[in-house]
Amino acid sequence: MKGILGKKLGMTQYFNEAGEIVPVTVVEVTPNYVVQKKVKEKEGYNALQLGFQEKKITRVNKPMLGHYKKAGEKAFYFLKEVKFDNVDQFQIGQQINVSDVFQEGEFIDVTAFSKGKGFQGVMKRHNFKGGRATHGSMFHRAPGSAGSSTFPSRVWKGKRYPGHMGNEKVTVQNLKIEKIFADRNIVLIKGAIPGANNSLVIIKNAIKKSA
Amino acid sequence: MNRKVLEIEKSFIAGKEMPELRPGYTVRVHTKVKEGDKERIQVFEGVIIALKHDGIRTSFTVRKVSYGVGVEKVFPLYSPVIDKIEVVSKGKVRRAKLYYLRNLRGKAARIREIR
Repeated sequence: MKGILGKKLGMTQYFNEAGEIVPVTVVEVTPNYVVQKKVKEKEGYNALQLGFQEKKITRVNKPMLGHYKKAGEKAFYFLKEVKFDNVDQFQIGQQINVSDVFQEGEFIDVTAFSKGKGFQGVMKRHNFKGGRATHGSMFHRAPGSAGSSTFPSRVWKGKRYPGHMGNEKVTVQNLKIEKIFADRNIVLIKGAIPGANNSLVIIKNAIKKSA
Repeated sequence: MNRKVLEIEKSFIAGKEMPELRPGYTVRVHTKVKEGDKERIQVFEGVIIALKHDGIRTSFTVRKVSYGVGVEKVFPLYSPVIDKIEVVSKGKVRRAKLYYLRNLRGKAARIREIR
């Protein structure tokens, strides 16, 4: 288990050696810092709390300041815990770059918050078919029947209805790291990843696939 | 698009020398074609009827009439599959997209050369 925090910048494409066009997402991974270490003996599992995107120390409130001071003189916009197997290799306050954790060609899982879609109907949210648009049809995008009558005399739990869509944690598995530009702190990931541009993404090693 | 994404795109394009292409130019495009484990060069000659400028996605459309049938091919300019592009002649045209050539046949479809 390992991982790192980054920022989604957008998508582009490039030509690989075979001359094929590869669609890639550009993720900026400026150096992460270890703010806290969680070890098996104390917390029951091994993990690192990583700080991403530095902010001014004067912008931090007092309780958080104490927490940051334990790791050094840096404060961050994002603090996220990522499970690591080999926590012993890292010290508190240590700087972690992409190339320390991942290599080109490695498979990863990417977690982020999907784009918020607001309150959506049943066709967009649950892929219902809806009704006919014309020829006197008076049933267009409505959800239709909610269930049967005498039995069960109620609506089943979990019945798919209109409601809030998006802005939820989504993980896309088995994506490939196409390229790493260590000097520019940039990672190119094959394919699309969740979330809007400029939002936080967590890159973890793929749990179902290895290079 | 994000400035840093554009920089990445530029770094992929950097160092690739391309001849100056314009709509109306007649070009000979040499492309590498893989057949089994053999590779050979295929040539496609025709008039550029459209250029699409979009960083690494820049492409151009070449049209020719082959055995009385109009054939158009869209080539990605920066694709490594393209071996080289020769400019055969430079035609003088008055628009950026020469789609009107599709409706013209024979003599009417000629393009005057720049002199």
